[in-house]
Amino acid sequence: MSLIHEIDYGTPASKSEKTVTLTIDGREITVPEGTSLMRASMEAGIQVPKLCATDMVDAFGSCRLCLVEIEGRNGTPASCTTPVAQGLVVHTQTERLKAIRKGVMELYISDHPLDCLTCAANGDCELQDMAGAVGLRDVRYGYEGDNHVKARDGVGETNARWMPKDESNPYFTYDPAKCIVCSRCVRACEEVQGTFALTIEGRGFDSRVSPGMHEDFLSSECVSCGACVQACPTATLTEKSVIEIGQPEHSAVTTCAYCGVGCSFKAEMRGEELVRMVPWKDGKANRGHSCVKGRFAWGYATHRDRILNPMIRESIDQPWREVSWEEALTYTAREFSRIQKQYGRDSVGGITSSRCTNEETYLVQKLIRAGFGNNNVDTCARVCHSPTGYGLGQTFGTSAGTQDFDSVEHTDVVIVIGANPTDGHPVFGSRLKKRLRQGAKLIVIDPRRIDLVDGPHVKADYHLPLRPGTNVAIVTALAHVIVTEGLYNEAFIRERCDWSEFQDWAEFVAEKRHSPEEIEKLSGVPADLIRGAARLYATGGNGAIYYGLGVTEHSQGSTTVMAIANLAMATGNIGRKGVGVNPLRGQNNVQGSCDMGSFPHELPGYRHISDDATRDVFEKLWGVKLNNEPGLRIPNMLDAAVEGTFKGIYIQGEDILQSDPDTHHVSAGLAAMECVVVQDLFLNETANYAHVFLPGSTFLEKDGTFTNAERRINRVRKVISPKNGYGDWEVTQELAKAMGLNWNYSHPSEIMAEIAATTPSFANVTYEMLDEKGSVQWPCNEKFPEGSPIMHVDGFVRGRGKFIRTEYVATDEKTGPRFPLLLTTGRILSQYNVGAQTRRTENTAWHAEDRLEIHPHDAENRGIREGDWVRLTSRAGDTSLRALITDRVAPGVVYTTFHHPDTQANVITTDFSDWATNCPEYKVTAVQVSPSNGPSEWQEDYSELSRRSRRIAGKMEAAE
Amino acid sequence: MNIHNPLGGVELRALEIVRSLKDQEGPLLPILHALQEEFGHVPQSVLPLIGKELNLSRAEVHGVMTFYHDFRAEPAGRHVLKLCRAEACQSMGGEAFTESVRAALGIDWHETTPDGRVTLEPVYCLGLCSCAPAAMLDDELIGRADLAAVKAALAEAGQ
Repeated sequence: MSLIHEIDYGTPASKSEKTVTLTIDGREITVPEGTSLMRASMEAGIQVPKLCATDMVDAFGSCRLCLVEIEGRNGTPASCTTPVAQGLVVHTQTERLKAIRKGVMELYISDHPLDCLTCAANGDCELQDMAGAVGLRDVRYGYEGDNHVKARDGVGETNARWMPKDESNPYFTYDPAKCIVCSRCVRACEEVQGTFALTIEGRGFDSRVSPGMHEDFLSSECVSCGACVQACPTATLTEKSVIEIGQPEHSAVTTCAYCGVGCSFKAEMRGEELVRMVPWKDGKANRGHSCVKGRFAWGYATHRDRILNPMIRESIDQPWREVSWEEALTYTAREFSRIQKQYGRDSVGGITSSRCTNEETYLVQKLIRAGFGNNNVDTCARVCHSPTGYGLGQTFGTSAGTQDFDSVEHTDVVIVIGANPTDGHPVFGSRLKKRLRQGAKLIVIDPRRIDLVDGPHVKADYHLPLRPGTNVAIVTALAHVIVTEGLYNEAFIRERCDWSEFQDWAEFVAEKRHSPEEIEKLSGVPADLIRGAARLYATGGNGAIYYGLGVTEHSQGSTTVMAIANLAMATGNIGRKGVGVNPLRGQNNVQGSCDMGSFPHELPGYRHISDDATRDVFEKLWGVKLNNEPGLRIPNMLDAAVEGTFKGIYIQGEDILQSDPDTHHVSAGLAAMECVVVQDLFLNETANYAHVFLPGSTFLEKDGTFTNAERRINRVRKVISPKNGYGDWEVTQELAKAMGLNWNYSHPSEIMAEIAATTPSFANVTYEMLDEKGSVQWPCNEKFPEGSPIMHVDGFVRGRGKFIRTEYVATDEKTGPRFPLLLTTGRILSQYNVGAQTRRTENTAWHAEDRLEIHPHDAENRGIREGDWVRLTSRAGDTSLRALITDRVAPGVVYTTFHHPDTQANVITTDFSDWATNCPEYKVTAVQVSPSNGPSEWQEDYSELSRRSRRIAGKMEAAE
Repeated sequence: MNIHNPLGGVELRALEIVRSLKDQEGPLLPILHALQEEFGHVPQSVLPLIGKELNLSRAEVHGVMTFYHDFRAEPAGRHVLKLCRAEACQSMGGEAFTESVRAALGIDWHETTPDGRVTLEPVYCLGLCSCAPAAMLDDELIGRADLAAVKAALAEAGQ
């Protein structure tokens, strides 16, 4: 294995289909029109010296190193800014060019330190390479003049031009002394990330890279995506891990284990030590971009809190006892068998993880169906995107988004509803912002003024700040405008959908009670905004809808998903590039875990458990009889536990105590069980109630696949041996063996082969194919051998698209005198989900605690000042956290994140849930906010319980 | 900005100016000029507000502001004296002239006299090369400048 070197073509690829032919250094080459001479040269294998050009950003033409001579043209144009033309004859190396380049390099080096041997970029420095390439041997100007390099001049005077290193960012340093002001970082921040946190301040010799207004990186607008570090040709911006460890020597392409975007990274290694993660240019989800989590926040893999030995205890008030793998697995198998004998076959179940690989998820549901002999399997998608599965399944016929992420490059009008891409799905957020800067229109439907509404070079054309819980009403009102104003696409509907169903739906939405004027009364959104947004979406060209948990986590989550699907069908925005309905999946493999049959009623590939033909396939392969009745969902398991009929659970990689609603109910359910098995990296909150702890492995320690939000199956590659001894798939397999099942997978590729053999939409997927193509989007089978970037191209999967009436029913969770405010929840860029991983990284520099966002008016009424402790009370419970006063939320609405277990935001949330799928209503809770002195009684009790239940016999308690 | 901070008088007045000009094409430079006109300098606390109003980042506004030497972050003295240091003036004894003025005022470039009366700035060409060396006190040009002419102009300008 060696280090993967990606070719830098210097300027981005041209998308033109017309080609031109020219001659460079005697070689004839044909490239698309609009390609730069620099890129054309590189494609012919000729490297023109360069410093300010890199193919992640547009050409700039400032370094004057890439000059060339063109026959018949005057002067020495820069090859990065000069486009190819038919018949050009170009020379990249002439005596004249050599002299110019050497002179330019001499000037650069005269203001650059000569500490190459001890420099962190030694071996990975373009300045060093170029000095070599142009044959620099001497710097005639000396190093004594004005410079930015030395802190003091020869006689001890301080040098006003010199600036100290900025080490404020936890992951990289900025050393202005090494900067050549090529502005690649500034352009990467603008063009790739779209944050515009960097600029060049001053002019001439005074020019310096400045984060914000001459601030340090941490206090600037920087979001730490790492694009600038990647772009820097010198050691000016360098990962601290590289400074500490040195240059990597081998690498493997793998997939980030954070959000549903599924970015491809090169894991660059030195031995078994991860040096850095660098986004892979060929990654089709991220196209060479990254965010702070995937790029930098992987330190949790070696965090001291990680549990590496299996542990058991008979009851949860005892300390944990470290045991061998064999003892832990035998104990677990014996307990499950005892419980099933005592309480019946259905008294146990399991939860698959959206964080684990497809192969691991498949094994867990197989263990439950084939080993436990019931269908009591569910997954954390229950609490996030189960309404997507249901809603899109009903209307289109598949439970997945319709597009690939590249599709956003062809979009003209984007609706973002109930999602905050710049925080939750940052790499997609950057790609969306790039399209918006090119002129696409934006409609944001969100109670909060998210960053996309108004920020540098981004401004929503419409922001509909609806009251939490009124999604269905708003989307139906949009449909009302489209239908009553005749903006629907009749040809599309007649061809692809059922016309009579459309007419029925159209009649329903056209009713006066769905008009924007009526809906304004209950949603608080001015009618003219609703009308304007509807007209823009219906008539503005390619319309795409992106949505998140703000849509699904409601009592009418499934209804909203169907309403969105109706909108897309009515306007013909399905089945081609630039359109579609796109759920932004929360977790790295939530799509995959749903695909793999994690729901109690579905076998892999979304086939109902009652379908005899499907069951037959698995029964024959597994050699068991499968139950044809759906099993219990997570909330039902907990209910049954409280009632005393459900006694044992195997939970792989999910922290239900923290992530599921109504924490009191979850803890009561877990406490009532006799054998709770938790498989995770850390002693998570759920483990406080566990009897067996099986240490899990990180994504760096196993092979497998993740499926992202665009149905893309990406490879996960093992770069480190599992510190706990086993990959998670091996742990499940060992448990299955301990339970007497004859499983003998020697590699995850064999599990994928079983998935492909049993699941039609995965029929052609193999590891060989993934290695060759990089990734593939399902369905991938005989009909779509290359996979399916866009779905429903020639017609809907279910046959004809189905319009469904979407009646708005207000949630039972209502405000009143006791609870006058509506709480909604979300997440923040630097933290991820319940924070188990990101809290164990330096990302806490950005978000050390959950804060309650409250409007100045509501704060003033209650005498709350910025930073005060406040008590947040709902019908379900109360908690305390500190206030953040902001007008991003409307009066009457408060907002918080749920990344920190101390806050326990889900103590507050209620047990209301989606009517179709039980997806909890996280996004609406009626609350009261009042000043408080500090943590609530529950928080203090819980903190004590956590401390006690995390004791490990023979080990000192970790000092927090 | 996420944190709710009540705005002070300077910021409120600045916001009025920004809003009155923001719909022009290329509004940033006219806004910076207007602010300098109003306050004698561009208060740095205003840059993030300009960014917010124009959908720019504060870094971008800072980049533009620092590119132009005429925009100042701090108030100047009551009079601003600019001495040309460009080629034509240098060839006509400009170095000696500027040296003599600096010595007479007792301050270096970009500094203000302790009494707050005069700020000294270098300038690279006033377009008055035919009468080099050139200087400018506030809005008044001085051709064939020497220390005596500068002193006379300062005396005329008063405190």
